[in-house]
Amino acid sequence: MNDFPWLSLLLFLPIVGAIVLVLLPASLGTLLPKQLALGTSVATLAVGIAMAANYDTDSSKVYQFAEQHEWIKSFGAHYALGVDGVGLTLVMLTVILAPVVMLASWNDGDQGRWSSKAFFAWMLALQGLAVGVFAATDVFLFYVFFEATLIPIYFLIGGYGGANRARAAVKFLLYSLLGGLVMLASVIGLYVESAKTDAGATYLVGELAQLDFGTATGRWLFLGFFIAFAIKAPMFPVHTWLPDTTAAATPGTSVLLVSVLDKIGTFGMIRFCLELFPEASRWATPAVVVFAVISIIYGALMAIGSDNIPRLIAYTSISHFGFIVLGIFVMNSQGLNGANLYMFNHGLSTAALFLVTGFLISRRGSALISDFGGVEKVAPVLAGFFLVAGLSSLSLPGLSPFVSEFLVIVGAFSYSEVAAAFAVTGIVLAAIYILFMYQRTMTGPTREEVSGFSDLNVREVASLAPVLLLIVVLGFFPKPLLSVINPAVDHTLQQVDKTDPPPSVDPLAPGTSGHSAEGSHE
Amino acid sequence: MKFEAPHIEYDLLLPILIILAVAVLGVMVEAAVPRAQRYLVQVVLAAGGVVAALIAAIRVFGTINPTSDNPKLGRIVAEGALALDGPTLYSWIVILVLALLGVLLFAERQLDGGVTAFAGQASALPGTEAERQASAKGLEHTEVFPLLMFAVSGMLMFPAATDLLTLFVALEVLSLPLYLLCGLARRRRLLSQEAALKYFMLGAFSSGFFVYGIALVYGYAGSMSYDKIAFAIASGSKSDGLLLAGMGMLAVGLLFKVGAAPFHAWTPDVYQGAPTPVTAFMAAATKVAAFGALLRLFYVAFGGARWDWQPIFWAIAILTMVVGSVLALSQTDVKRLLAYSSIAHAGFLLTGFLGARDLAEIKAGDIDPVQAVLFYLTTYALTTMAAFAIVSLVRDGAGEATQISRWAGLGKESPLVAGSFAFLLLGMAGIPLTSGFTGKWAVFAAALSAGAWPIVIVAVLMSAVAAYFYVRIIVVMFFTDPIGEGPRVTVPSLLTSSVIGIGVAGTLVLGIVPGPLLDLIGRTAQFIR
Repeated sequence: MNDFPWLSLLLFLPIVGAIVLVLLPASLGTLLPKQLALGTSVATLAVGIAMAANYDTDSSKVYQFAEQHEWIKSFGAHYALGVDGVGLTLVMLTVILAPVVMLASWNDGDQGRWSSKAFFAWMLALQGLAVGVFAATDVFLFYVFFEATLIPIYFLIGGYGGANRARAAVKFLLYSLLGGLVMLASVIGLYVESAKTDAGATYLVGELAQLDFGTATGRWLFLGFFIAFAIKAPMFPVHTWLPDTTAAATPGTSVLLVSVLDKIGTFGMIRFCLELFPEASRWATPAVVVFAVISIIYGALMAIGSDNIPRLIAYTSISHFGFIVLGIFVMNSQGLNGANLYMFNHGLSTAALFLVTGFLISRRGSALISDFGGVEKVAPVLAGFFLVAGLSSLSLPGLSPFVSEFLVIVGAFSYSEVAAAFAVTGIVLAAIYILFMYQRTMTGPTREEVSGFSDLNVREVASLAPVLLLIVVLGFFPKPLLSVINPAVDHTLQQVDKTDPPPSVDPLAPGTSGHSAEGSHE
Repeated sequence: MKFEAPHIEYDLLLPILIILAVAVLGVMVEAAVPRAQRYLVQVVLAAGGVVAALIAAIRVFGTINPTSDNPKLGRIVAEGALALDGPTLYSWIVILVLALLGVLLFAERQLDGGVTAFAGQASALPGTEAERQASAKGLEHTEVFPLLMFAVSGMLMFPAATDLLTLFVALEVLSLPLYLLCGLARRRRLLSQEAALKYFMLGAFSSGFFVYGIALVYGYAGSMSYDKIAFAIASGSKSDGLLLAGMGMLAVGLLFKVGAAPFHAWTPDVYQGAPTPVTAFMAAATKVAAFGALLRLFYVAFGGARWDWQPIFWAIAILTMVVGSVLALSQTDVKRLLAYSSIAHAGFLLTGFLGARDLAEIKAGDIDPVQAVLFYLTTYALTTMAAFAIVSLVRDGAGEATQISRWAGLGKESPLVAGSFAFLLLGMAGIPLTSGFTGKWAVFAAALSAGAWPIVIVAVLMSAVAAYFYVRIIVVMFFTDPIGEGPRVTVPSLLTSSVIGIGVAGTLVLGIVPGPLLDLIGRTAQFIR
């Protein structure tokens, strides 16, 4: 069954759905396109589940469900797909969240600049392209999908968001294009380097990973990729587009952007920065770790200071992405396992948070925390869902993000105690921004403006429930995910030529860098 | 003294001869055919001639076996005046396709109430009674078709010329009709005439440089032909001053034609003032011809002096990209914006041009600079042609509405046209899955392979700047509310629609499956001398 082109099906099913949607005559009304879009994404989810069931965790192959066809010979580009554990989890995240988001944004497309048909068509197109990004095992193909995802999200933000949507869409697009073009220079550099070999130009990740680029070239190429991924992730100091964008976009768009597309950044760091440029990655580690820790703390502090709910969630994400990047660059199995797990879990918890606050905001017509108060008395189900989503975001034990955050911090400690000590403050700050937000919106005397709130309806509950269920289940039982991710992490560590330090706390043990030695002196 | 008749390979030169014959016939049609029938006769003649020439050009291209693994190199014809090798023949095909699209745009009559976009009577002063009469009678200048054919014949010779004199003749033959065509707009005639005069004055000025350069190079090499010049440089015993000055002046002439900074000043005014069909044709076809000539002159004749000319071209490429991208940011007129964008693209093309390497360094299958530039030219020409064609559709009572701010909300009123334009803009910005991306990739890869990484870095940064102004138009069209008395999209006839359709299809297809075309160019992109 593994010869079946699972990934191509996952990639093209939603895109075909999007095209069909666009071609539907307007006379059919708004309901049919919505049902068709939801049906397509559910079908894609079914295909995704069937594929995941076929995934062999004991396989010795790095990439499963691999497909490979020559595409542009003179560029060395291939249409090559395949997933390892990391790719699989992110593909699954994409196909899980797409129907959830569509159900949750059922009516969000109605007040947009264009029809709701276009809204759902863009969403489907985005879903397909995102699968392509996570499944591409050819750098050129990856780049094509990486850039192509910008177009649907650009129109989703600019066409259907709030007051500042046009500005936000442009800011988002320009930041992303700048990063993408810097990466283009590195992508072309890979071509030039691989063309020098006897085998000729190639963009296949598996073949590029065998090349030795030399110290200087490798570092330059690494930088091109890393800058693009840091903008995408986003990391401090190239994060400013994210809060503006989420403040203007619809909740559904924000989910797809933050939960799915931003993962491309951290996914790319693992797949390309670490695996293709191991030497350069080790060289850059100290600086990256510093920026990651700054992101954690800065994002959390900004979240505490935000009165606008979507902006607050954006800042929490910057903080969480700091954790993910930290986990990636400490380069040990706990950190990387944690980071990979974190990508999936953060996707779920942020999706839940964006959607539930989206329901809240749409009832009040304002996104400011100070405009709410005492909602839990009029809409207890909403408040309950909000609380669970919030608690998952602050990594309460028993909910899935806890496992990943814990692993990242363990990994960080074995890399550098100082870095870990700073990172831990992020957890405390997370409790502050989430609980403060909950307290100020949900508790206290019910304000007059919110007294007429209706509680969540069936559709809203149905969209949120699967996400929260997953969060709880994976919080108690993360093993299925970890068993998929573990082999991928081992492969990555092999590529960067790092093995875990022995479990003793010996500052001079091989494999720990000078940093932890300094840390232990202090 | 014995006189030998020159030996001309008429069968191989058939494409040029057909075009010239059609041009001459077109002039006679003006004299012999009654006014009422002239339009139809001219259009059929021009389109038929271009198609015949295209078939002939494909046949000649076939003689070098471009589909085999080892194509022939081609040959020098017409007593050493023209080189019919892969780059020439490929450029011919591209130029003739663009000429065909140009004829279609020129022939469009549905946009302006049943007449073409050209002045009813060019000799009538703007604003006079004579002009009103000409316009009331529905007069048209059908001379534009023979003029177009003359320009095309020059463009065919330009990239093929392998001695400096032929090069100069081709330059003038292609330029003079274009100067005239630029001044023939039906609407905004003063602007159009000003554009024509500016273009003519600056063009004549640059021709002066060009001729001076020819004289100096002749003084250095003692010959006009490229192979003798290359030989003189290789033997390298003579004074370099003459060569350097000569190369510099020839470069000025050619860079003027491609619109590279600091010789770009005419571009925005001329692109804006000229009738839009002329702008479309000029922006696309002139670039192809001029880059073809530039590549041959500097790779074949001056290839041995590469280390002398490369530094100055580095500076010009960087300046061109920066000027084109940065000045485009503040433009408020679509045609001027596209003009600055064409300057930026000239810079990207120069980036590919600077990918020059020794032949020994290029392995089979590598992207080589000639291949990259020719591919980029193809993609850019198709995209630009379609973009200008769309500009000619958006009109109000006073003709084309080229103010960007007046395009507000076009996406709501005419989603198909605005969507196509947005797609073409994304193509120019180099977003993947469009031909602009594959083209950019090719020229940047060629430059980076030659170690020109500083230029590539400038190029990617300027691509990001350029993306901003392309996106700005998309924002205006899609994310801004329509203004009350805004322009409307006029429904064109099949002529303009097919140009837009071909341009959009080309942008999409070359973006997704560029492989076959790239391979074709790659196999044949060898100059001979």
